[in-house]
Amino acid sequence: MRPFDLIRPESLDEALKALALPGARAVAGGTNLVDLMKLSVEAPAALVDIRRLPLHEISLGADTVVMGALVANSAAAADPAIVLQAPAISEALLSGASGQIRNAATLGGNLLQRTRCGYFRAADWACGKREPGSGCAAATGINAGHAVLGTSPHCMAVHPSDLAVALLALDATVHLRSRDGARRIPLGDFYRLPADTPHIETALASGELVTAIEVPLTAPAKTSRYLKLRGRASYEFATASVAAAVLVEHGVVAEVAIALGGVGTVPWRDRAAEAQLVGRPLSAPSIEAFCDALLAGAVTTPANAYKLPLLRGAIHRALERSATS
Amino acid sequence: MTTSVTVTVNGSERRLAVDPRRTLLDLLREDLRLTGTKKGCDHGQCGACTVLVNGRRVLSCLSLAVMAEGADVTTIEGVGTPDALHPLQAAFIRHDAMQCGYCTSGQIMSALEVLADPEVTTREQIAEAMSGNLCRCGAYAGIVAAILDVKAHAPV
Ligand SMILES: Cc1cc2nc3c(=O)[nH]c(=O)nc-3n(C[C@H](O)[C@H](O)[C@H](O)COP(=O)(O)OP(=O)(O)OC[C@H]3O[C@@H](n4cnc5c(N)ncnc54)[C@H](O)[C@@H]3O)c2cc1C
Ligand code: FES
Ligand code: FES
Repeated sequence: MRPFDLIRPESLDEALKALALPGARAVAGGTNLVDLMKLSVEAPAALVDIRRLPLHEISLGADTVVMGALVANSAAAADPAIVLQAPAISEALLSGASGQIRNAATLGGNLLQRTRCGYFRAADWACGKREPGSGCAAATGINAGHAVLGTSPHCMAVHPSDLAVALLALDATVHLRSRDGARRIPLGDFYRLPADTPHIETALASGELVTAIEVPLTAPAKTSRYLKLRGRASYEFATASVAAAVLVEHGVVAEVAIALGGVGTVPWRDRAAEAQLVGRPLSAPSIEAFCDALLAGAVTTPANAYKLPLLRGAIHRALERSATS
Repeated sequence: MTTSVTVTVNGSERRLAVDPRRTLLDLLREDLRLTGTKKGCDHGQCGACTVLVNGRRVLSCLSLAVMAEGADVTTIEGVGTPDALHPLQAAFIRHDAMQCGYCTSGQIMSALEVLADPEVTTREQIAEAMSGNLCRCGAYAGIVAAILDVKAHAPV
């Protein structure tokens, strides 16, 4: 691990000042950043331990819930308001990592965790995410776990977060704060496709902190479910996952949101494809038509093409679960 | 360059000068010579390094020592003694819940939180709650049985 300066701010203002230093990075639970620093994939010049900041609260409003960026994954997963009114969030969190990691991990850190692509995590391979312009070893390497949506010749690494997938389906908003002020950005606009700059992953500006995540508590959110498929039953990242929230009225779909994980370079959602489902019965043919539209742009390799039928099955199951919730 | 860190480990307050790069795991094993906590993968993937920080199980390999400033840390050395085993330690022996024993301290530290969770009662739920602790020897059946046994007979 490369040496770094340690800064332990007591207030948000102090933290934002420290984060404005060149090469400064926030550390929350450390479960992703410390790991990557050991691998020399990350080498911040200064580490700003943000855990003393007052961002540990979950506040329930009339029709939204605001979760502080430093809320532990395990705490959010067990929060009664989340469990009852946005169950996909709780299910997504509980499907991720292990009990130990969920206790240390924070919501903000989860959204900003880096990909698990093996070529990104090992400094001796070409990876444009790790070293801009160096190419993509996965394109011609072992890519059975890699993305089929949102890829570019420069990167096909999967975004690893389960939480982000649930939040995307629930139209969450990310609250950000820097020395220039506060702003809010829909989660759907937070992640950047790799294109030819795979090292730029989010809308987070340098020196900016995620302070909170806001989730509207709607009628479909109450029925939301998260289904995760993977190589082993637990303690494993998604091969394919689906967050689904559907409201069926008078036999037809009134509202629907479907987000995908484990298959995209960013958490994936296609509102135009969803619109095709609205007004139709939630039947096998209408779901298949939705999948056709959703997956029309998928690009597969011989090794990861299996993800498409896997996803279709997962979408059917997740919608069925949500519809019967 | 070192930074000062004060942590309470198994009830006694320790003040140390550490390299900010030191993990909590290395602080425990190398600086404090508490070698009951094991290093398996050093990357969060096995659970051998599980300890309690402020009463919650976490992985000491993914935590920097300086991040434990002011915290209360419990390691396997703070759980029972050879003469007065914790009920869970006794149950591990009764149920043959280990072979080489390398994962065992992590299993026990992790299981302490699972024991205290009233929602986790079935074999399946215990397996899920313990999934962050791998056992290369495959002693899982005994581990789950030991936890079930303590839950049923010696609530802690
Ligand atoms: C073995 C293993 C298995 C895992 N399995 C899963 C899984 O199945 N699903 C899943 O979703 N995740 C999984 N994870 C990832 C884990 O959930 C994340 O590591 C964790 O959520 C990150 O949170 P943290 O607080 O520890 O972040 P840190 O490691 O502290 O930070 C991660 C990144 O976020 C930045 N950051 C943190 N907080 C803020 C903030 N408030 N504002 C701005 N930047 C910030 C840091 O600078 C850093 O770049 C797994 C991790 C491991 C090690
Ligand atoms: S040594 Fe910490 S999880 Fe393996
Ligand atoms: S007893 Fe050998 S690894 Fe678990």
